[in-house]
Amino acid sequence: MTVQAERAPRLRRFEMAPVRGIWRHELALYKRYWKSQSFASMVEPTFFLLAFGYGFGSMVAVIGDFRYLDFVATGVVGTAALFTSVFPGMFNGYIRRVFQHTYDGMLAAPVDVHELVTAEALWIAAKSAVYSCTPIVVGMFFGLDPAFGMLLVPFVTFFTALGFGLFGMWTSSVVPSINSFDYVITGVVTPLFLIAGTFFPIGSLPGWAQAVSYFNPLYHCVQLVRDCVFGLQPLADLGHLAGLVVFAGLMWLIAVRGMRGRLID
Amino acid sequence: MTLQRPQIAAARKGTGAAAISLRGVVKRFGDFTAVDGLDLEVPSGVCLGLLGPNGAGKSTTMKMLTAQAIATEGSIHVLGFEVPRDSKRARAAMGVVPQQDNLDEELTARENLEVFAHLYRVPRKERRKAVDDALEIAHLTGRQLTKVDDLSGGMRRRLLIARGLVHSPALVLLDEPTVGLDPQVRAELWGLIDGLRAGGTTVLMSTHYIEEAERLADECALMSHGKVIARGSPPELVAEYAGERVVEHYGPPDRLSEVERVARGAGLPTRRTGPSVSVLKAETIAPSLEDELGPDGVRRASNLEDVFVILTGERVE
Repeated sequence: MTVQAERAPRLRRFEMAPVRGIWRHELALYKRYWKSQSFASMVEPTFFLLAFGYGFGSMVAVIGDFRYLDFVATGVVGTAALFTSVFPGMFNGYIRRVFQHTYDGMLAAPVDVHELVTAEALWIAAKSAVYSCTPIVVGMFFGLDPAFGMLLVPFVTFFTALGFGLFGMWTSSVVPSINSFDYVITGVVTPLFLIAGTFFPIGSLPGWAQAVSYFNPLYHCVQLVRDCVFGLQPLADLGHLAGLVVFAGLMWLIAVRGMRGRLID
Repeated sequence: MTLQRPQIAAARKGTGAAAISLRGVVKRFGDFTAVDGLDLEVPSGVCLGLLGPNGAGKSTTMKMLTAQAIATEGSIHVLGFEVPRDSKRARAAMGVVPQQDNLDEELTARENLEVFAHLYRVPRKERRKAVDDALEIAHLTGRQLTKVDDLSGGMRRRLLIARGLVHSPALVLLDEPTVGLDPQVRAELWGLIDGLRAGGTTVLMSTHYIEEAERLADECALMSHGKVIARGSPPELVAEYAGERVVEHYGPPDRLSEVERVARGAGLPTRRTGPSVSVLKAETIAPSLEDELGPDGVRRASNLEDVFVILTGERVE
């Protein structure tokens, strides 16, 4: 016979309480490091925008119907969403699991792995959604015309960053050491942003590379952002959005599975 | 200060029921069996010391209680909840102090506790007081705004214990709570753990420090190779396995071997401790045997360390 805890509440399979608790942890850290995080997250895409916009922009004035600077400003949003989500997912996921054992402490409390992964990914996505809008704001200072559709951009980048944040967490659960991230960065992350239509249209790529880009979530993000800024194309954009949602869903499944495999013996 | 919250009050009623129950628990990692058919019950309101050498299966057992390791076979119930099926509810009602310091060094002591008050579902209105109480228990009220990175080793350990108590749990798991700490800090923590025990909290404490178990545990379970090989209060264990007194003989290896041979021939247990041989149950030594063993023996009271070494064949710290 065992003693029954008195009035113990029934806890659901997925609860927001642990998610809020993990956000509280993230918020406490963010309060300390918001300056450096914001600097890196906002200045880097701005450099990309200015370097490519003005560098290539002096040689390539327009691409299709767009000024090259506008083309890059909207494309760099996708790059910013990728970088501000995949790297925290990878490095925070690895460091907190392996070096700091933060996740072990949290899982000893009433927190399950899927709640932990969800909370971390949502936090990454929320931050990234805001930061990755920087190129659009900067672009407006350089002549990008404001549009109501721009208000939708944070939602697009949120789903994009959610997927890539989860992808980063998954990789953190499969790499044998932190140095192995070099393979992921060079072999996966860099090609992703090169074949996403960020700096040049994918139409200029060979056929096989164009086909690959359609499976690149970043391509769908960039297309959606451009459509939000320059004019929505409902059917195509629903397709792009569906691509991002499916990507995030798949990444959630493998990130939870990967983390569970590492955190539960 | 002792905790007086409802869960602890319930535990203090002392229903005699088990707060923890493990039956036939096996945990294998590939070909290696870490826990091998473990049966263990921890009554509510009791401090049970899980004693054993490194690799005995203590930490794996602790991890199975929080479902951070899943048993290969057997059944586990914690506070009435089946683990791992209902482990979330069990974890909500227990506090865990891990062997490894996993505090967030970038946050203050208070922020660390606030995060866990959220995770443990402490209601919003009670959260501030719960954190204050935990800080007070750990004597860290004055350092609550200090970053963990700037706290001493002892303070960090106290904070780790406070973190496990922030929701006033009915059961606390302490995994090697004082490992690697200097004697002064260890004594400080013993006071803290003793306060918990006195407050009626059920405590399961794994340790390989004999003195820690002797001082704090109402009962000890000795683990070796994934099984409990003996259980009882420290005095009971000492009386059963080591008797009242021990005679220690010092000398060269040949002399020690001779003492061992004579003692064992008379049915007395012995143990080697570096340069000496201890003959246990010395109170039963007949005068004639005493002459045979020699006059160089030093008498002392038996202790739990003698039991530990006799039963596990391992050295202790």
